[in-house]
Amino acid sequence: MLGLELDPDKVAVFAGIGCSGRISNYLNYSTVHCAHGRALPFATGAKVADPELKIIVVMGDGDCAAIGGNHLIHAARRNVDLTAVVFNNSIYGMTGGQKSPSTHVGDRSTTSPFGNSEPAFDLCELARAAGATYVARGTSWAYRQLVQLIAGGLVHEGFSFIEAMAICNTYYGRFNLTADSAEFLRLQKEHAVAVDKFDVDGPRLRDLYPVGVIHHVERPAYSDVFSDMRQKAGGRGGG
Amino acid sequence: MPQPRKLVQGNEAVAEGAIAAGARFFAGYPITPSTEIAEILSRRMPEVGGSFLQMEDEIASMGAVIGASLAGVKALTATSGPGFSLMQELIGYAAMAQVPCVIVDVMRGGPSTGLPTDPSQGDVMQSRWGTHGEHSMIVLVPSTVLECFTLTVDAFNLSEQYRTPVIVLSDAMVGHMREAVALRVEDLRLARRGEPDCDPDEYDTVVSTLDHILPRPDLGSRFRVHATGLVYNRRSGAVDTSDPEVAADLGLYLREKIYHHRDAIVRVEEVGTEDAEIGLFAYGSVARSARAAMKAARKKGVRVGLLRPITLWPFPTGAVDRMAEHVETIIVPEMNIRQMAWEVQAAVAGRAKVVDLGRVDGRLITPAQIEELIDREVDHLRAR
Ligand SMILES: Cc1ncc(C[n+]2csc(CCOP(=O)(O)OP(=O)(O)O)c2C)c(N)n1
Ligand SMILES: [Mg+2]
Repeated sequence: MLGLELDPDKVAVFAGIGCSGRISNYLNYSTVHCAHGRALPFATGAKVADPELKIIVVMGDGDCAAIGGNHLIHAARRNVDLTAVVFNNSIYGMTGGQKSPSTHVGDRSTTSPFGNSEPAFDLCELARAAGATYVARGTSWAYRQLVQLIAGGLVHEGFSFIEAMAICNTYYGRFNLTADSAEFLRLQKEHAVAVDKFDVDGPRLRDLYPVGVIHHVERPAYSDVFSDMRQKAGGRGGG
Repeated sequence: MPQPRKLVQGNEAVAEGAIAAGARFFAGYPITPSTEIAEILSRRMPEVGGSFLQMEDEIASMGAVIGASLAGVKALTATSGPGFSLMQELIGYAAMAQVPCVIVDVMRGGPSTGLPTDPSQGDVMQSRWGTHGEHSMIVLVPSTVLECFTLTVDAFNLSEQYRTPVIVLSDAMVGHMREAVALRVEDLRLARRGEPDCDPDEYDTVVSTLDHILPRPDLGSRFRVHATGLVYNRRSGAVDTSDPEVAADLGLYLREKIYHHRDAIVRVEEVGTEDAEIGLFAYGSVARSARAAMKAARKKGVRVGLLRPITLWPFPTGAVDRMAEHVETIIVPEMNIRQMAWEVQAAVAGRAKVVDLGRVDGRLITPAQIEELIDREVDHLRAR
């Protein structure tokens, strides 16, 4: 459909732990269901060991930005050649609705009963600042665009990061917006603004955020750096 | 062709052992007293076409090692106490998902930052029980520089054969000392990572048995690999956390696949144990002092024997059994407080007196200290 021509034998999906991580059970590729927060280090090791692998990493927002936050910034800095997709539902879904680093100020969750007192990360800005070379955000509402954004990440060489704005009507929606999933999806349509129409200096809010390709540059991918290093070492004469 | 003897450091021997075993991937985070292993491999890995990664922490290092192994490359990491603690969750992952890999822990004084540059044997229980849940563990303890080399090779072979993480438990003394050794690479027996001998479509239905553990297919091969830390059905690969039979089957298998092969895995060195009245149970660097103490005691006419576990886990119950049958007393010197002495005592089950000699001040247990204890125990025996 997208003309990506992926060799299914070479695709490996690494997933974190959470509702989002369960994706590894639904795919007919080789999959690695990692530990909570650790999908990126697993994937980094695999990619360096076998550069022919086409790696997709799927994480939740807590998975990626809380327990795995350190791995996120370092994978971005290294520009590891893989595609990271974060399902951002602004909550810890799997464990029953606790706040995450992408829960906004004032939001309610089972661990912020009086409203969240901490600000949320903007995951795309975090990834960009850390060195990601392809950064995009899409929504479940505009799923065709989201598919295109992920495809853009798959063809990009280097660390591509796609924030997929997901809905958790069961917890986040019920506590803060709406428990109705269709209504929640419709709200996404209102909240999402095309990146070229978004005021870059303005605030990013729960109800107002840019979607589309946010950042795209080229720089040598991590595996290429390794082949250079091996050549240098070989040139020195091994043994 | 005989190889010339060279002055080699223990950590260096571990690094060369890994290369000789066919490891082509290292990921780690610097920590004394293990750092030389990373430094040496940062040079050696690229030279032999392998990869070296300095990760952001030890959790990431262990994750990268598992990822590399899943991709088909023999992989290791090296660390010390604080880093070893951080790795535990993912060591459990490797045990659960049956991913071969090697973890080198060069022990230092603890807990916490402890005594960063001093030797210790404080991690012997952590190496066995550090991660949560039920599983088995293979732990090898080198006591010489040569063993740092050979046991690292053995660790890789065992990890491939039994599809399990294997730990090389060194310490600051063994890791930093130098001995004149020849690291012979010619006649090493190496386990290879083969493909399962079945059709990719059938893979999920061919079940490993205790006597025939299927090799793990690699990511990127013709096989569909599904690795997970969740409980899975050993017979279909499907994740199924709701069926108690499935969980029990996996839990017992992960334990039995090692214990069933205990005789093939467990190795000990026994010196002078046949006629001993006093036994010494000592491992790693402390075994060196124990050997010296034994020789000194024998010169004085006291029949002392040394049991030196090379495999610390699975615990060498059989060898302790043999010793317990004919000695009066077993002395367990170790650089911790009673960690293995408890285990020895359990195996001895009252058949002999077990005396512990612990030390946690970062100093080595000296031959004189052990001799003194031997003398005291001899006096007790003669006074009876
Ligand atoms: C080390 C560790 N800590 C905590 C947990 C419990 N846990 C499982 S999923 C999860 C959070 C899931 O939230 P998120 O990553 O946002 O994924 P979601 O379920 O929302 O998709 C937590 C805390 C765990 N499995 N492992
Ligand atoms: Mg979430």
